[in-house]
Amino acid sequence: MSGEAPEVVVKASGLVKRFKDFAAVDGLDLTIERGTIYGFLGPNGSGKTTAIRMLTGLLTPTEGQAEVLGLQVPRDAETLKYRIGYMTQTFSLYGDLTVLENLNFMAKIYGLPGKTRSRRVSEVLERYDLTALKHRFAGKMSGGQRQRLALATAVLHEPQLLFLDEPTSAVDPESRRNFWEQLFDLVDGGTSIVVTTHFMDEAERCHKIAIMEAGKKRADGAPKDLMAAMGANVAEIEGLNLRDIRRRLLDRKEIVSAAQLGARLRVLVKEEIADPVGFLKAAPETEGAALIEQVRPNLEDVFVTATGDGRQ
Amino acid sequence: MIPGINRTSAIFFKEMAQLRRDRMTFGMAIMIPLIQLILFGYAINTNVRDIPVAVVDQSQTGISRVLIQMVEATRVVKVTERYATVPEAEAAIKSARVRAAFVLPGDLASRVARSPALGLGTPASTDEETSRPVAQWIVDGSDTMIAGSIKALRNMPLDELFRQAPNRSTPTFEVALFFNPEQRTAINIVPGLVGIILSMTMIMFTSSAIVRERERGNMEMLINTPVRPIELMIGKIIPYIFIGLVQTAIILGLGHLLFKVPFGDKLLDLFFGTLLFIGASLSLGLVLSTIAQSQLQATQMTIFVLLPSILLSGFMFPYEGMPVIAQYVAEAFPATHFMRMIRGFVLRDAGLADLYRDVLWMCGFFVLGLIAAAFRFKKRLD
Repeated sequence: MSGEAPEVVVKASGLVKRFKDFAAVDGLDLTIERGTIYGFLGPNGSGKTTAIRMLTGLLTPTEGQAEVLGLQVPRDAETLKYRIGYMTQTFSLYGDLTVLENLNFMAKIYGLPGKTRSRRVSEVLERYDLTALKHRFAGKMSGGQRQRLALATAVLHEPQLLFLDEPTSAVDPESRRNFWEQLFDLVDGGTSIVVTTHFMDEAERCHKIAIMEAGKKRADGAPKDLMAAMGANVAEIEGLNLRDIRRRLLDRKEIVSAAQLGARLRVLVKEEIADPVGFLKAAPETEGAALIEQVRPNLEDVFVTATGDGRQ
Repeated sequence: MIPGINRTSAIFFKEMAQLRRDRMTFGMAIMIPLIQLILFGYAINTNVRDIPVAVVDQSQTGISRVLIQMVEATRVVKVTERYATVPEAEAAIKSARVRAAFVLPGDLASRVARSPALGLGTPASTDEETSRPVAQWIVDGSDTMIAGSIKALRNMPLDELFRQAPNRSTPTFEVALFFNPEQRTAINIVPGLVGIILSMTMIMFTSSAIVRERERGNMEMLINTPVRPIELMIGKIIPYIFIGLVQTAIILGLGHLLFKVPFGDKLLDLFFGTLLFIGASLSLGLVLSTIAQSQLQATQMTIFVLLPSILLSGFMFPYEGMPVIAQYVAEAFPATHFMRMIRGFVLRDAGLADLYRDVLWMCGFFVLGLIAAAFRFKKRLD
């Protein structure tokens, strides 16, 4: 094992994974820096899980190269396993074992020597608020408790790199917030994290994200930069007959998308239009609108511009 | 090496914890040998007795009545029905009310007088042209064991008919029955039952061992750890080795108490032989487990192996009675080798050295099975 962790923890070029004639991941290039949270944002089936599985060595890429923590995958996958942690999408610890038994089992599997093992187990019990639950069967716990146990297990052997596959899909908003606090604690401690999600608010917390669609990376970078460089301006329209306005606007080639949010219509206008509000006000399609104003773009807008029907 | 042992023991303790909580499986592991031993020990009997038969006595004489009593006294058959005509008796056989009919003809007395079985001594009575069998058995021959028992009555001596001492004839051959002089079926069945019950439970347990991890969703996490396939395999079979030994102790111990089946003097050979068989069965189960995609498939494959283990291994029917090809097939199953081994240890005081061919085969099966299972187990999802 190299003593100094590399500055780049994941480097991949041209990763392709084909199942029969379906390409789950199609030409993925990645560079993930140390000490960051890197998010894969995308709908179900966009190749996020397949990408993570290739990076952990669970799947053999059909084409392309990947280097994780300086090791070639899948060739050096077994060495890599000591240095990475992995939290699967569905809870995959033993429901018929207690919290403590699950932790002790995994600590032994990762080869932690006796003293380190008991120290680490009590550390993670404490940190993830599981001490009171340690004799509870994992199968009898709530979604949030299981998620904490899964994270505790994944970091037991102090991995340099943590892969989390949709870690918060089965928990309530409160647990989600706490969970992200814990992730930032881990990053402060020097861990790098790769996470997949389909929640915009979660993606916004990442240092960098890759927007995935149909196995391809549509855009990547820091959420702020992506919003700035989106290639479209955002305006919101208030008024009556929003559904009619929306339908009419979508026929205009200057409009990237229009989506109703309650009593407002959120419209993405192409960047070429210098004054989107003026453009919309002048457009005959917006007849009957009470208010048109420009608003700050969010990540969802980025996602829509990046993925919408090949319109880049 | 040390982390390897630690990981193996981690798997072992995990399996034990899960097994302890799976009351049903744990209970079955104890109850299967207990109940099946009692059931089969008492039930399976190849010495056929008290076969229900019908009598058609067309002679209705003192001789016919005495002859019927003599036949009943053999305890092979028991007269349950009486009919006036042969067709009635045949109908009774067809409807399975009786398995055979004893037909005594009207001229029974003159037939008896001429019968050589009586040996009255006058030359005329031994004349082949005039002497005929005294009576006839009509038998449902579909079951060869029942047919054989009744065929054994064919040469029954008739001397007792006239209260004469039986004619002490010298047999052509002397037969000395070793190892089971009383010819009790349980002596042969109980040790064989060890092989059958171990085959069943050992293969059943391990055939679902790997596939269960997959079905319960633990597999993706497990293959993401540094655990090696061989560590996983060994850790998974050790708990069942203990269970197998406990089952063997139950069957042989209870067999000794209830059916007076000896342990034999070769206890150590018995222990190691059983251990080998348990190992071979478990590694076979593991191989099945790496092939099966679900626990249901694992169970189906277990049954596929189990039936020939029962029927071809020599447990029910003599191995030597099978065609040569079937013998080759039987040799593939660990149960066949174990049948020979355990009957050797328990009944014939044979040792591992006497049965070295079976020992070697079993060792090879165990090691190859384990390697095959570990090799087939991929730490990949594709």
